[in-house]
Amino acid sequence: MEFSDFLWMTCGIFLTLATFSFLYKDNPFYKFAEHLVVGVSAGFTIIVLWHGTLVPNLFQKLEDGNWFMLWLNSSEWWYVVPAVLGLLMWTRFSKKYSWVSRWPMGLYIGISTGIAIPLEMSNRVNKQLYAMMVEIDWANFFGGNILSTTSGFAQLLIFLGTIAGLVYFFFSKEHKGVFGGVATFGIWILMIGFGASFGYTVMARVSLFINRMQDTKAWGVEAFNASDVANPHYSSMYPIVFYLLVAFVVGYIIKEIMDHLKRKNA
Amino acid sequence: MTEHKNIFDKMMTLDRRWVFLFLIIVCVATYVVDFEIPINTEPEVESIFNFLDSLPENDIVLIAIDYDPNNLAELHPMTYAVVEHLWRKKVKIIFTSLSQLGPAMADQAIRDISDSLKVDKTYNYNGVEHNFKGREIVNGVDYTFLGFKPYYALIILGMGQDFRLNFPSDYYGTPLDDLPMMQGVINYDQVACVVDLSGGNITDAWISYGQGRFNFPLMLGLTGVMVSQYYPFLGSGQVSGIMGGLLGAAQYEELADNPGRAKDGMRVQLYAHYVIILFIILGNIGYFMTRRNRLKGGN
Repeated sequence: MEFSDFLWMTCGIFLTLATFSFLYKDNPFYKFAEHLVVGVSAGFTIIVLWHGTLVPNLFQKLEDGNWFMLWLNSSEWWYVVPAVLGLLMWTRFSKKYSWVSRWPMGLYIGISTGIAIPLEMSNRVNKQLYAMMVEIDWANFFGGNILSTTSGFAQLLIFLGTIAGLVYFFFSKEHKGVFGGVATFGIWILMIGFGASFGYTVMARVSLFINRMQDTKAWGVEAFNASDVANPHYSSMYPIVFYLLVAFVVGYIIKEIMDHLKRKNA
Repeated sequence: MTEHKNIFDKMMTLDRRWVFLFLIIVCVATYVVDFEIPINTEPEVESIFNFLDSLPENDIVLIAIDYDPNNLAELHPMTYAVVEHLWRKKVKIIFTSLSQLGPAMADQAIRDISDSLKVDKTYNYNGVEHNFKGREIVNGVDYTFLGFKPYYALIILGMGQDFRLNFPSDYYGTPLDDLPMMQGVINYDQVACVVDLSGGNITDAWISYGQGRFNFPLMLGLTGVMVSQYYPFLGSGQVSGIMGGLLGAAQYEELADNPGRAKDGMRVQLYAHYVIILFIILGNIGYFMTRRNRLKGGN
């Protein structure tokens, strides 16, 4: 790893610590990291869209035309039409002419809806309904793993759970008696579903922290050239950068403790 | 006069920063102490592994790297495990990236895995020892990286007609027709399956516009936050397998006998979950006890 790469790695570790410092309290380093992410993301998105979309899909298509002919003399002149529609979107900034932006928007939504509705209906509604209405395998009801999706128990639970979940969201009838019991079963099923999501979310958040620990360890290994393969670019600057960041972090923590004690004694 | 607080009141008003600090200490301690925990594999991950493992040499798999750096922690280990497994078997890969920061993820993974495959290795899975002879991974021969294009739903539909429709050249600027592995490869018909590694809504498009429209086997690698939403598609058969979060990646690494960052992190996951469960139990005890005390006191 070259020294410049190591400096970028150090920046990453600094930004990690700056972000995690928010867990203690809001501070300028966290704000810096937060604004940096937003700024870099916005800048990167614009560049990607420019070079990935506008250049190949518009400018390169019209490059054999002239601006004074409005590119209509280009061999692929029809690309002028979506370009004009795209420009019309900018009329949103004018109070007087903002209605014009409804034309490209209407066209876009119309095409998207036409593509989406049949496929979404088929794949997210119909196929899910078919999957719920399978014949329950009674022979497999008490055998094997009852939590397996192929077991009769799981099939019955999916069927009843779906019905009960729908009943819970039916508010035209008061949730009393048998109907209320089914609705209560429905809310239990929903809560178990939310619980599973919560558990996975916890795992996801811990995974992020693990990744930062792994990268911090890798940074320490690079700083002291302790990996299995020796770094040919290694110099004394690597540990100096390491110690500078550590000293900065420790210094900031000591300052925070001193401020805290001052406030407490005041 | 200061109000006397019993232990349950204190539990209910505990500064959450103590919880964070305790969790950080447990995570760091379990990460520093190097020990292994057993990884039990689940059928939804085994089905992906078994399908990919059964592919013959020179078959083509499309891997969609549809995630950004914010999902790297969970999805990058899956990419490394799956891609290395396929290249060991000399299965060719078409990479796409329909997330705008994804190309950098894919490019990094391709370079790292290519480097790691230059050396001879021995893997032991399915009870058999597999000797892998180190080799050079060549762009255009072992893989094609198509890169990023916006409007993922339209791109997925377009690739069903012809990859060249949206990607006349690969990520590095070479026309697809000049790449040896793309000769005769038109659309999904020439692809054994699609593995979508995603941290967002692109997965929905792969299900509805990809698998639903073109009927190819679709396998998912998802972040932990997303995974429970996609199990219904596994039950309906629209999806052939799911790897969920870091656990899914660790299971794939276990199956492929290729321990990486996911397996390395599982001991931390285990003890972090113990801590969180402990705090949930304590929080609930505190809640119910303070409520009981309040009811007893007539408040």
